[in-house]
Amino acid sequence: MGYLQVQYEKILSDYLKNQSEENLYIGQNYIRQLIQKNITPEEVINIHKQAVEQLHGTLPKYVEHAYDFLIEVMVHYGLKVKEHQSLLMKQEELRIEMDIATKIQNLMLKTNIPKLNQIDIGMVSVPVRKMNGDYVYFLQDDGHHVSVAVTDVVGKGVPAALCMSMVKYGLDTLEYANNNPSYVLEVLNRIIEKSVDDSMFVSLFYGRFDVENNIFTYGSAGHEPAFYYNAKESKFYDLESKGLLLGILPEVKYRQSEIHLNDGDFIIMLTDGVTEFRKLEELDSRQLIRDIVMKFKHLNAQQMCDELYKQILCYQNYQLEDDFTVVIMKK
Amino acid sequence: MKVNVQLREDGDMLRGKIEGEIDTFTAPILRDELETITIGKYSLIELDLSNVNYMDSTGIGVFVGFYKKVNREDGKLKLTQLSDRLTRLFEITGLNELMDIETLKKVELSDGNI
Repeated sequence: MGYLQVQYEKILSDYLKNQSEENLYIGQNYIRQLIQKNITPEEVINIHKQAVEQLHGTLPKYVEHAYDFLIEVMVHYGLKVKEHQSLLMKQEELRIEMDIATKIQNLMLKTNIPKLNQIDIGMVSVPVRKMNGDYVYFLQDDGHHVSVAVTDVVGKGVPAALCMSMVKYGLDTLEYANNNPSYVLEVLNRIIEKSVDDSMFVSLFYGRFDVENNIFTYGSAGHEPAFYYNAKESKFYDLESKGLLLGILPEVKYRQSEIHLNDGDFIIMLTDGVTEFRKLEELDSRQLIRDIVMKFKHLNAQQMCDELYKQILCYQNYQLEDDFTVVIMKK
Repeated sequence: MKVNVQLREDGDMLRGKIEGEIDTFTAPILRDELETITIGKYSLIELDLSNVNYMDSTGIGVFVGFYKKVNREDGKLKLTQLSDRLTRLFEITGLNELMDIETLKKVELSDGNI
């Protein structure tokens, strides 16, 4: 402490003789060094008090008491600063852990878009935060069926990610792309209902495309309806399929329906991040999506997804409010 | 962005009025408020949502959680005065088949009266 004291006295006395920018700057630099050495604010004031006494001689009693008072109250200030620093360190540790978890999630949930001659598939899925609450999973058997699950897990962040891996392993266990959508939904519902807490659930749209017969069979568990575009009529239909969210009741039956896809027809599956415009309450977002897609229906499925994303992002002022996921299957 | 819950006893019923926006940030506040209700005390818990101008899926989560709790404790829950937007949310999720939900009745103005 003695050494610091002497240095400080020198800097202060230089400043008192000449209140120049330069002398002030030396003082500021010195304080920075003290911070690095973990000198607390009350110690700094004590150093200052002693320096003033050295330079000026004994201080009037009331000035001395005022300094003592300041030293005492600054103890708490110092403690808070320390607390803050340690929180910052903890936060940094958490951030690193989150990064690792995100990497694991991305690796684990990675799905490949099937490439087939008979059907063109495109997808865009963009998370708002680090961890995506939406999830798309494709299944494919040897050329007969392609299936897709579009999922939105309620609750965000880490709990959602854990729930999502449950969906993934459920789908993995079912294994075959030729399963009926209603069966897939029933099994997943049972798995999720058993394992998550009361306020957590999953919405899921499941579609299966029969490659040889061009039949798309679908079912929904509380999910935003998909769009079906009929090229011959140049008309959109909503693929409404009422079904309860997954994870709410133990035994739920799900319906499935089917449509025949002809050349130029396509299906758009999406999550509510695409249809929900919080700031534009009056907007009919489903009509907006139909209008956008109409303009780009000559493109391939991936380009259509990309264009839809670009346009919606623009409507949302380049700031997504929710995870955004769209999958297009085009015949 | 705020949510406000007012609860008042009405005979053996509990009437609640929820106001504001229910999203990721306000949902925990709503959940805590609903948590304070002693479900067994009332024959019916009725929550008026006419002044909920926004709700996302986290909000749905809160109501589902509360609905399950009410059911476990043999109570009854009714959600009333839902806007079209909220009604749609309950329809898409299939919850309207499960829960007792009443849509906001619009007052029709006939031209003659204006």
